Amino acid sequence: MAPVAPRSGDAIFASVEHVNAELFTLTYGAIVRQLLTDLEEVEEVNKQLDQMGYNIGVRLIDEFLAKSNVSRCVDFKETADVIAKIGFKMFLGVGASVTNWDADGTCCSIVLEDNPLVDFVELPDTCQGLYYCNILSGVVRGALEMVSMKTEVTWVRDMLRGDDAFELQVKLLKQVPEEYPYKDDE
Amino acid sequence: MGREVSESCIDSLLTEMVASYCNQFYSNTPELAARRIEAIGYQVGHQLSERYTMDRPRFTDHLEAIKFICKDFWSELFKKQIDNLKTNHRGTFVLQDNKFRWLSRISGDPSVDNGTQDPESKAAQAMSMYLYFPCGIIRGALSNLGIPCAVSADISSLPACEYNWILSPCCFSIKYAF
Repeated sequence: MAPVAPRSGDAIFASVEHVNAELFTLTYGAIVRQLLTDLEEVEEVNKQLDQMGYNIGVRLIDEFLAKSNVSRCVDFKETADVIAKIGFKMFLGVGASVTNWDADGTCCSIVLEDNPLVDFVELPDTCQGLYYCNILSGVVRGALEMVSMKTEVTWVRDMLRGDDAFELQVKLLKQVPEEYPYKDDE
Repeated sequence: MGREVSESCIDSLLTEMVASYCNQFYSNTPELAARRIEAIGYQVGHQLSERYTMDRPRFTDHLEAIKFICKDFWSELFKKQIDNLKTNHRGTFVLQDNKFRWLSRISGDPSVDNGTQDPESKAAQAMSMYLYFPCGIIRGALSNLGIPCAVSADISSLPACEYNWILSPCCFSIKYAF
């Protein structure tokens, strides 16, 4: 059988079940508000959102691989492109672009010009240290960890803080080699 | 047609929200976790009903508001209407959604069945945590329409799901049903 061609982000997004983005946006907003009330410290909320994103990413990678037919990426450059063009598109319905590569190709930026998470959102003065979209960085980190890449994902630009776009810096720390044989109980 | 995202986005978010509150913050006090989850739903319902009633005339009575929830509001959220609405005409309404989306992919945890505790109640408790969120949404939406009420959910047989409400048109002292 001929290998199945990878599908475009648009095609996958068109084929999955959709939900009202307002419901998603407002639910996320309400969760962040509740966390701010419960955890009190903005820094703790940032950590919690990142952790929640990580847990989501760990599971979402399965759906991503199952639906996208993407085969193994040859290098980190291709990985970043796939995340931006297919990953973001198939879940959030928005595309992203990859820029700002460093010389050795292990660090780049994913730039989102449109982000459904922040519709209706304005940060009050008391939350200036909040990385509102920290869940997204967690998702990317969690998903990459499941395909053997340890990364550090940080926000460089944030529209809620007055920048002109959302920029996620993804830095490859370590590529964990796959080990055989897998233990049965892991 | 408004903007949309993949269903996995909201599913993952809800799973993770429930997990954070039930397993991490309030692992020993499920009733507190339930209140937080309900509060998040309340906020969402309150804001959504504000948006979806923007261009409508004011509802003249409770039944009209509840029909709005069953039809338009439910359709915006779940792309289907409530299947059955019943009332005892004394302030209790029962809404039945025969195929509730947020439960359609949940199964009882088989590992729980081996426990010494009554498996039925443990699985039911885990399941009920997911229901506090939509209960909150309904309560928030109705409260925004001027109808204070308590909302509780009951799962008769998965994946059908039923809402029991006690409406209190003039009295704000009714305690939550949970």
